[in-house]
Formats: sequence, C-alpha cells, structure tokens
Amino acid sequence: MVFPALAVALAFSYPWWGLEGPLSPIFNDGLGIDNDTLFVISVYVMLALGLNVVVGYAGLLDLGYVAFFALGAYTLGWFGSGLFDSRSIHFLDTNAAKLPGIHLSFWVVLILAGVICAIAGVIIGWPTLRLRGDYLAIVTLGFGEIIPDVFRNGDSIFGHNLTNGVRGVTQLDRPGFGEGISNATGGVLPDRFGSLELRPWYFTVLIMMLVTVFVNLRLRDSKMGRAWIAVREDEVAASAMGVPLMRTKLWAYAIGAIFGGFAGAVYGSFINGIFPTSFSFQISVIVLVMVILGGMGNIWGVIAGATLVSWLNFTGLDKIGDWINNGIPGTGNDIEISKYKIGIFGSLLVLMMLFRPEGLIPSARRKAELAEGDGTASLYDAAA
Amino acid sequence: MAEPAPKGNILEAIHVRKEFGGLIAVNDVDFAIPRGAIVSLIGPNGAGKTTFFNILTGVYKPTAGGVRFEGLPISGLPPHKVTALGMARTFQNIRLFHNMTALENVLVAMHSRIKGGIWRSIFRTPALKREEDGAHARGRELLEFSGLHRKEHELAKNLPYGDQRRLEVARALATEPKLLLLDEPTAGMNPEETQNFTDFVAKLRAENDITVLLIEHDMRVVMGISDRVTVLDYGEKIAEGAPKEVQHDERVIEAYLGTAATTA
Repeated sequence: MVFPALAVALAFSYPWWGLEGPLSPIFNDGLGIDNDTLFVISVYVMLALGLNVVVGYAGLLDLGYVAFFALGAYTLGWFGSGLFDSRSIHFLDTNAAKLPGIHLSFWVVLILAGVICAIAGVIIGWPTLRLRGDYLAIVTLGFGEIIPDVFRNGDSIFGHNLTNGVRGVTQLDRPGFGEGISNATGGVLPDRFGSLELRPWYFTVLIMMLVTVFVNLRLRDSKMGRAWIAVREDEVAASAMGVPLMRTKLWAYAIGAIFGGFAGAVYGSFINGIFPTSFSFQISVIVLVMVILGGMGNIWGVIAGATLVSWLNFTGLDKIGDWINNGIPGTGNDIEISKYKIGIFGSLLVLMMLFRPEGLIPSARRKAELAEGDGTASLYDAAA
Repeated sequence: MAEPAPKGNILEAIHVRKEFGGLIAVNDVDFAIPRGAIVSLIGPNGAGKTTFFNILTGVYKPTAGGVRFEGLPISGLPPHKVTALGMARTFQNIRLFHNMTALENVLVAMHSRIKGGIWRSIFRTPALKREEDGAHARGRELLEFSGLHRKEHELAKNLPYGDQRRLEVARALATEPKLLLLDEPTAGMNPEETQNFTDFVAKLRAENDITVLLIEHDMRVVMGISDRVTVLDYGEKIAEGAPKEVQHDERVIEAYLGTAATTA
C-alpha cells in the first residue's frame, strides 16, 4: 500500500514540485513535462488502463480502441457544443450566456459518453467477438478505421448535420462546478475551467484515472475478472465450467469502451476542438504499445508504460533530440529526432519482445504464461 | 421408458446419430443413465466414445435424435447452459486453466452458482463479500475432498499429473453437478494412480448425491466400480448391462480382441 499511496501523492503534488518549485528546471524545462503534456499523458494513461481490461485481462486483441476515444469526444460535441444550433437546451452548463445548441453539464456529458461507448462496444462486439485471435484483431482494426470515417462523412446523414464533417466541432463546453459551489469553496472548485489555469483539468483527469484504477483492481479480483482470465486461458474449458463466453467478452469490451469514452470527452473539452483526423489508427497502436510495453494485465506496469510512451511521443523525443544536438559537438542542430518517432517506437517494441516480452512491470500471471514451466512466482503483485 | 425425475433416468439419449460428412461417428444409439448410478461407456479406440460424450454435453449437435437431461432437451444448448443445468465434465486431455491457482480454477467453475455482479464487485458490498468468502471456503473444502490439501495456491500447471486430474474433478464438482462426466480420467496413469482414482470416484458417489458417467478405454478400470456398462464399437452400441454380463458378451470380446489382432 505504501507505493501506490506515494505515487498518488506525487502525482497530485506535481504542479508544486515539478511544474513550479524546486524541481521545475528538471521536469518542466528539462524533460518537457509542462502543463499541456501533463494533461495529455494523464489522458493516455486512462486510455491505456481502459484497453488493459480488454487486452490485458480478457486477452482480446483490439486494434480499434481509438473508435471509443473518438465516440466519447463526439458525445461532447453532441451534448456540449453549439453543433445543433437550431436547438437550445441547457442543463447546468457553465457557459456565461445561453448559447444556441445542446449544452448539458459536462459531468452529465461525461456519463453519457461512458454509456454511449458501452452501448457501441456491445453493438460492435456482438458480431465480432465470436472471432478469435487474429481475426478479431482485423475486425477491430476495421472498426477503428470506420468510425472516424463515419464522423468525417456525418455532416449530411439524411440531410442532418451530425458531426460537421471535416470542419470538426469546435467551441466545446468546459467542465466546471457553477457559481454556487465556486463561491462556497472560495474558488477551489472553479466555476468554469479556464484555458490558462490548467491545474483543475489535470486534477480532474487524475481523479478519473484513480477511478479507472480502482475499477480495474476490483474487477480483476471479482467473479468477472476470474472469468476473463479463464476465457483467455482456454475458451472451451471456460465454457464447459459454466462461463458464458459472449457475455464475458462483451463485458470486457464494454468496460474498456466506457473508459475510452470518458477519456475522449475530457480530451475533446480540453483541446476545444474535435476533428475526424484527430482519431487515427496511430492512436490505437500507441495505446496498445503502452499496454504491452508496460506489462499487460498489471495496472502499475500499464501506468508506467503509458506515462513513458506518451511522454516520449509528445515532448520526450524532441527533448532528447535537443540534448543530442546541443550536447554532442559536430552534430549541429540538424537532427530532428521526432521525425524518426514511429521507427523508434517500432524498434523499442521489437527490443521489448526480444528481451522482456512480459513488459516493464509484468503481471505475475502473464510472466508465468510467457515462461512456461517456471511458475513459482506468487500470483498477485505485492503492491496491488 | 421415459420415467420422470426424481427416480428413473437422469439422462437419456434417444436414437442419437452423428455424421461428419460421410462418416457416421455415432449410429442410432439409445442410452440412459439411471439416477445415482456409476455408468461406464467403453469401447476400443475410435469407437465414437468422445463424439458421443460431446453430444451428451452439448458441444456437438446430433444429426438426428436428441438428448434429455432431467427431462429437458439439451441438444444445441451452449455448454455453459448445460453446466448450469447440473452437468459437469472433465477433459480427456487435461484442460485446466494452467496459469491460475488450484483454488482459482475451482472458483471459475462456480460461475453459474454465484451471483457476482459488476456493480456489486466494484463497490464490494457486504453481500458480495459474504458470497466471495463462502465461495473461497467451499473451494478449499472441495480441494481438500479431492486430495489437494495445501495446494490451493499452487499454479495448476505446476501440479503433478495425478493432482491435475484430481483438480479437474474438483473443478467439475464446483459447478455443483447432478451428473458428472469423466472422459478417460485414468489415461496416462500408472496402476497405482489408477487404483487411487477409482477409489476416489467410489468415494465421490458415496459422499455426494451424484451420478457418474465414466468414459474409458480400458475395460479393467470400469469393472470394479460400474453399476452398468455400455460398449460402443464403430459408433454402434454392441452391448449393455452389468459389468459381468458385458465382460462375457461375445461381440465385446470380438471388438476388443479383434481390434487387437488387426493392429498387432
């Protein structure tokens, strides 16, 4: 319990010791973990934790996870922006004026995003989860490609503009607690999240992340969690022991989708713009890389993997490039390391598979699966 | 013939036929298991025992005929529903969840007997905790009963062969079956292990209210513990009755010796 508590405390206090304060030169300037990066990293950690339920626990290879991220973001577009400007529906939204469009409270939209993604997960999963292994991967890959395309072409579905097409949805509603709560707490819980003061955003994602971790842990040790592992190990035996295969897989898929939706909604609000091009196949792959690199099925591994990979992806590689350019004489300033990003991630993945296939912080069970014949490790991770 | 429960037959297969393309694996077999009995299904290699077994457990849908369990037709039901009705099986080639502990293997098998629930699991309600504690206690009892004392935290794949067979039975028992189907449980065992296992099956019936169907390759194994024996050969039922009768049936002797003679 000591390690997780410490990690949580460090994460929550980061704005005071990392962004500003004594270690700011190292973390903020040196490593490039600034306000924006911090937020994006946290969003990706959430995505990775959601995918971990699908891939890590139930063993279903999902290459289209970005679909749920996109759907979550578009849910905010539908229920928290001026997209449907012929309507005027308001419910506890934080906008100053009564803007046209549907504006529900961000927190309501967040829950809606989860619900819509869960339903979408079941609809997508119903026909596809009968497939096994590679076939499932291919079909999910297809869905990951189709859903952004649907949003791209959704500006005239039977004459209705549902997604605003390639122009995307902008001017999205922001989270906030309303004036009453804001005044009562002296501004600690802000009226409406601003675009300059980013801490409330960060704390919001951090809390959502903790909820995700909590749900991950509780489900892992439940009847459903055991059924997921059993299905992953041997479908025939699991079903003969009374585990309904479809239901069990659909639950994994739906729960993964819910977290993808949460992440999408908060991300869309933060960047204040949703475009079909933001949800590329690359995101599905990067999130999968995070889960595999960190250690499938191990929550702490997945968090570590997601933090590392998203940091490298957003600022880390640029910073490393700067160090090389400035630190090694004769290289000049002409190495743009971020150009080789995909190559670097690819090599990293190959190296991991060769030397540490179980991930940075592996789950004991996965490790046992990979090292057949050597299974003396205790089953549960001491920290969890 | 179709007597209703509770006495009478727990399982009845009527005119069951299974074809794979042009091959007739099971040809018009009538079969019944009386409640509380230990019934054995034997026959030489390739006699259609496992196919028949898979029809009984709902894995295969018969081409013709049907299977009734406790009077309910079960042909075509998915395996987990058949298990929920009270029928459990073991596998000929052990199919444990290898990277789960012995106790977890047994807990998985309680799936259809405990409520669980996503919300209750997330919030770990007192009712859920009671249920989980109960399941763990019952799981340990079952392991103890099956002779796997102190092995609950051992990964299934690290157990010795005999223990893996026992764990398969313990796991099947965890589904709370009325009918237990054992598919060649002594395959690969040495004579001593085989003897221990047959004693265990006898104990099982004595201490639980359970009916057992034993599929065996080896006639000697089943003679001691069976109440009734059915012999299959080339997908057809060639004999049925008490072990003694079957043992002296000419067609049975021919099937066994004949097969031995042609393959020798």
